Amino acid sequence: MAEWVEFELVSPARLLVSEPVEMVVVPGVEGDFGVLPGHAPVIAQVRPGVIDIHGDGKVIRRIFVAGGFAEVTPERCTVLAEEARPVEDIDGAQAGERLAAARTAVDNPEDIDAPARRARVRELRVAEALLAAAQEE
Amino acid sequence: MPNLKDLRLRITSVKSTQKITAAMKMVAASKLRRAQEQAEAARPYAEHMERMLGSLVASMGDAAGAPPLLTGTNGDHNQLLVVVTSDRGLCGGFNAQVVRGARARINRLRLDGKEVKILCLGRKGRDGLKRDFAGIIVDTVEGLTRRQVYFEDANDIAERLAKMFADGDFDVCTLIYNRFKSAISQEFTVQQLIPFPVMKTEEWDNEVGQKRENRLAAIYEFEPDEETILADLLPRNLGVQMYRAMLESYAGEHGARMAAMDSATRNAGEVIDRLELHYNRTRQAAITTEMIEIVSGAEAI
Repeated sequence: MAEWVEFELVSPARLLVSEPVEMVVVPGVEGDFGVLPGHAPVIAQVRPGVIDIHGDGKVIRRIFVAGGFAEVTPERCTVLAEEARPVEDIDGAQAGERLAAARTAVDNPEDIDAPARRARVRELRVAEALLAAAQEE
Repeated sequence: MPNLKDLRLRITSVKSTQKITAAMKMVAASKLRRAQEQAEAARPYAEHMERMLGSLVASMGDAAGAPPLLTGTNGDHNQLLVVVTSDRGLCGGFNAQVVRGARARINRLRLDGKEVKILCLGRKGRDGLKRDFAGIIVDTVEGLTRRQVYFEDANDIAERLAKMFADGDFDVCTLIYNRFKSAISQEFTVQQLIPFPVMKTEEWDNEVGQKRENRLAAIYEFEPDEETILADLLPRNLGVQMYRAMLESYAGEHGARMAAMDSATRNAGEVIDRLELHYNRTRQAAITTEMIEIVSGAEAI
C-alpha cells in the first residue's frame, strides 16, 4: 500500500493542485469522506464546501470548491471543480454580498423557468458554503 | 512612365505596410503562445471528465434512465450546427476553411432532407454564411475571443444549447471548428456534441494506452448513483467540450494570422526590392537624358 495519496485539484482553466498528501477529506453530496491510500475506487458528486488536506496528523491546507466531482482510485484522488480557491483567500465581506445577491435572486419569483431557478438555488448553496468557510477561518 | 516622386511615395507606402504586417505577426505570435498555454492548461480537466464519463457509461450499460443528452431523441431530423470562427479577419484562409466546410455539410444534410439550423460563434462565420443561409442562422455570438477565452462564456453557450435541446429545438448538435494542429496548420473538424458520443472502452484504451492498467483496475462505486452523477456531468461536459473547441479555434486563429502576416511581410519585401530597382533605373535614365541634352546643346553652339 502506498503511503501517499496523489491529490489533484483541477479547474476547467488549469491544474490547481497536484501533490502527494497523507489524507484528504472531500465534501461529497452524501457526506464528507476521507481518502487515505488504498481507498476503494469511487466516483462521487461533490457539494459546495471545503476540502481539507491533512499532513502530519493535522489539517495543513483548506480549499473551498463550489461543487464538482471526485474520482478516487487506490493511488489517487482527483477533484474536478469549476470554482476553487484557498480558504484563507476568501473575503468574508464579499462572500456576504454574494450570498445576499443570491438570496434576492432566489426570492424573486419573476418570470424564470425551472432550469434557471435551479441554477439560482445552486448559486445560493455555493454562496452559503463560501460564507460558512470564510467564518470558520 | 511614372515619375520619380510617385515611385518614392509608392516605396514609402509599401514600407509602412510592411511595418504593420511585421508588427501584426509579432502580436499574433505572442498571442498564439498564450493561447497554446491556455489550451495546454485546460487539458487535464477535459481528460478527467472524459474518463469519468467513460466509466459511468460503461457501468450503466444500456440501462434505461440515461439522460437524453446521451441517448438522443431517437431522431436526427433537426440538425443544429455550431460554427466556430474568429471575429476578425486578416488570418489567411482560416475562416474561409470553416465556412466552406460548413456550407458543404449544410448542403449535404439538406439533400438528405434534414432541417438545418446554424449558430455562429464569431462574426466571420456569419459573414460567410449569411448570403446563402441567412434564414436559418439562429443567432451569432460575438466577442468571445476578445482577449482570451473564458470558461464562463463557453458554459453559457453550453447551457443555452442544453436548454434548446430540452425545448426540442433540435435532435443533433454538431460543432464545426478549426482544430489547432501546429503554428502553421489548422485542421477542419466536425464533432458531434449532442447526443454525446462516448468512446467505447477499447477505443479509449487504444488512444491512451498507458492508462490502461489504471482503467482495468478501477471498477468504481458511485455516490450517490450513476444516473444522478451522469445527469450532472453531461451538461458540464458540454461546457468543457465547447471550451476546448473555442480554445483550439482561438489558437488556430492566431497561428493562421501569424502565417498570413509572415507571408505578407515577405511579399512586401519583394515589392520594395522591385520598386527600388525600378526607381534607380528611372533615376539613372533621367540623368543620362539630361547629360545627352547638355552635350548636344554644347555641340550645337
